[in-house]
Amino acid sequence: MYEDRPNASSGPFEPKIVAFFCSWCTYTAADLAGTSRMAYAPNVRVVRLMCSGRLDPQFVLKAFRDGADGVLIGGCHPGDCHYQEGNHKALRRYHLLKRLLRAMGIEEERLRLEWISASEGDRVQSTINDMTDQIRKLGPLQLEPIPAPAPHADAVEVELKPLPVGGVR
Amino acid sequence: MGRVTITIDGHPIEVEEGSFVLTATRQLGIDIPTLCHFPYMQPYAACRLCVVEARDGKGWSKIVTACNYPAWEGLIIRTDSDRVLDGRRLNLEMLMSRCARLPVLEELAAQLGIDKPRWGYGEDTCVLCGLCVRVCDEIVGAHAICFTNRGIFREVSTPFNLDSDSCILCGACAMVCPTGHIQMEEVVRPEIGHPDLQLGPNAAISVPTRQAVPNVPRINPDYCIHFKTGGCGICSSVCEKDAINYEDEDAFDEIEVGSVVLATGFKGFDARRIAPYGYGRYPNVYTSLEIEQMINASSPTGGQIVLRDGFVPKSIGIIHCVGSRDEHTNRYCSRVCCMYSLKLAHLVKERTGGEVFNFYIDMRTPGKGYEEFYDKLLKEGVHFIRGRAAEVTEWAMTPEEEGRLVIRAEDTLIGTVRRIPVDMVILSVGLEPQADAEEVGRLFNISCSKEGWFLERHPKLAPVSTFTDGIFLAGACQGPKDIPDSVAQGGAAAAEALVLADRGYVELEPITAYIDEDTCSGCKTCVAMCPFSAISFKVETGKSETNEALCKGCGTCVAACPSGAAQQHLFTDEEIYEEIEGVLTYV
Repeated sequence: MYEDRPNASSGPFEPKIVAFFCSWCTYTAADLAGTSRMAYAPNVRVVRLMCSGRLDPQFVLKAFRDGADGVLIGGCHPGDCHYQEGNHKALRRYHLLKRLLRAMGIEEERLRLEWISASEGDRVQSTINDMTDQIRKLGPLQLEPIPAPAPHADAVEVELKPLPVGGVR
Repeated sequence: MGRVTITIDGHPIEVEEGSFVLTATRQLGIDIPTLCHFPYMQPYAACRLCVVEARDGKGWSKIVTACNYPAWEGLIIRTDSDRVLDGRRLNLEMLMSRCARLPVLEELAAQLGIDKPRWGYGEDTCVLCGLCVRVCDEIVGAHAICFTNRGIFREVSTPFNLDSDSCILCGACAMVCPTGHIQMEEVVRPEIGHPDLQLGPNAAISVPTRQAVPNVPRINPDYCIHFKTGGCGICSSVCEKDAINYEDEDAFDEIEVGSVVLATGFKGFDARRIAPYGYGRYPNVYTSLEIEQMINASSPTGGQIVLRDGFVPKSIGIIHCVGSRDEHTNRYCSRVCCMYSLKLAHLVKERTGGEVFNFYIDMRTPGKGYEEFYDKLLKEGVHFIRGRAAEVTEWAMTPEEEGRLVIRAEDTLIGTVRRIPVDMVILSVGLEPQADAEEVGRLFNISCSKEGWFLERHPKLAPVSTFTDGIFLAGACQGPKDIPDSVAQGGAAAAEALVLADRGYVELEPITAYIDEDTCSGCKTCVAMCPFSAISFKVETGKSETNEALCKGCGTCVAACPSGAAQQHLFTDEEIYEEIEGVLTYV
């Protein structure tokens, strides 16, 4: 899917950002931003999860693999989780994920975690705008294509192959 | 002790045997003068003004003091014979001879027909009735004062005439003193009552606020004598229903409920926060709540609008939007102030006949009959000045402004700054969330808006429910709201709560987690993850299992499951992968 990205060749670069928002705080805040008629960058596509604790790190990797230039995770403020502590779990995974991405040569700025409560529609707006600008400056994420399947089916051990240093962009 | 019949001035009356004659005469409405009697204490017969004539009808007769003479069968009492009146005059003249001209004695003398006491006047102001000493002993229980010395040197004093440590400054002695010999020098008593309502009652036992629910008196232990010394108890002896309970104290009741309606209301804006308006600095700057209470017919002023010095103001300024629509305090409109300001303007004009000036930013009068009310006020001659008032000051620039409060405001309709001298300023304070709204919200696992109002589930589609099932909102805790709106929302919240109670079961969202037994390795990672203890490990099968009734559907276990055995209905890994692919395809 990454080969035929529409903005890779022609026109100015427009980043694609996948956002994972928890249903109770950040998703509601995005809803509020909408009902409050707040305009924000159209580059973000939201995937609703019930809780940021549902965020499997593989979702992020999958998003990057499928062509996202950035991933935004939104959860409730610590202590305000609808499910008591799902956001703490998300935070732990986020830190591990960052290390993994670094090892893969993906810039840290491409993954972002924000605590946005249901009343903070304006923060959804500013975070999305801010992140879009940042990713726009970074340029598109470039990953090496998945190698063609080897004769032996179990030859492919890792899906994402690390890039050489400085090989990004 | 049985009942006996006695005759007082020809009227037979049945009383308890041994009860005192004075009680019976009072029941009959016969007035007997007395200085040393207090209904809640033992009689003392010190003043001897209550003398009456007691007879047995067989020739025996005697002058006795009514306050401590017990009733017996067949007793005949005369309260107005010459012999009685002579005795009273003699006793009163003797009291007068030791005392200066005291109003209470002069009045009695006039009643008994004494022009001038035979032995002249003295200098004392105490009649040695002993009420103060007895009240301190019997009722207060402080035993702080007593009689000292003997004979003509007898007087009431503290031991050794020193400031007494036993005295609790209750003022009971001064209260019972018939002559005013005992005075409280300076009573410092902070105001009690509702913190918002500075005009509240300040007695030791009082109804906390007017129209309080429940509308019953409450004892303030900081001021009640009973709580200081264990004495007094007059209120409980007066109360016929035995409703006074000194042992009652604050208690926590645990009640198990299925749903909760939060109706914690709002907090009035503290007008001190806008210093230029001078609330708390100028005595005649009031908040709208204080005026609201003053205008109530049962207020200390009887519903009259008066200044602190008791005069009726001739001109009144009402400043709108105090703590609303203001970058420095609250940016939102408090919604109710325009209408209540108009109501106050109408009532104040009606009660005082003065000139009323409204300083407003915009007049917001949507609602049934509201615009018409505004129209009516315009015709009544209430003045409206469009512009935010800048300050309230005492600084006079013209003789007319001398000694008055001056409101400086821009009049945006005529494009100039005006100075309006007024006698009274009313600040229309806005509505704010309760100070502990954040804490209460956390307690019920619901969130607050940026300002601190409780957040409803959806601003349009679910205005009374919250993000927590079974918790509903009503009234101003959810946002500024007037009474009709609060009533409507309260009704809706109650109905929603009743729906849950009536149905008897709760519908779960179909988003619960489940564990595929075939792939589960039994690692128990999910068991530790679940915040609701909805996952248990079954030893027999060596697999984990979810309890769908307990599962709230957060999916934390699904994300943690290393083998992909845990999945969430409607949020399976597969579904989310598809979703990610989908959102990235059609950008």
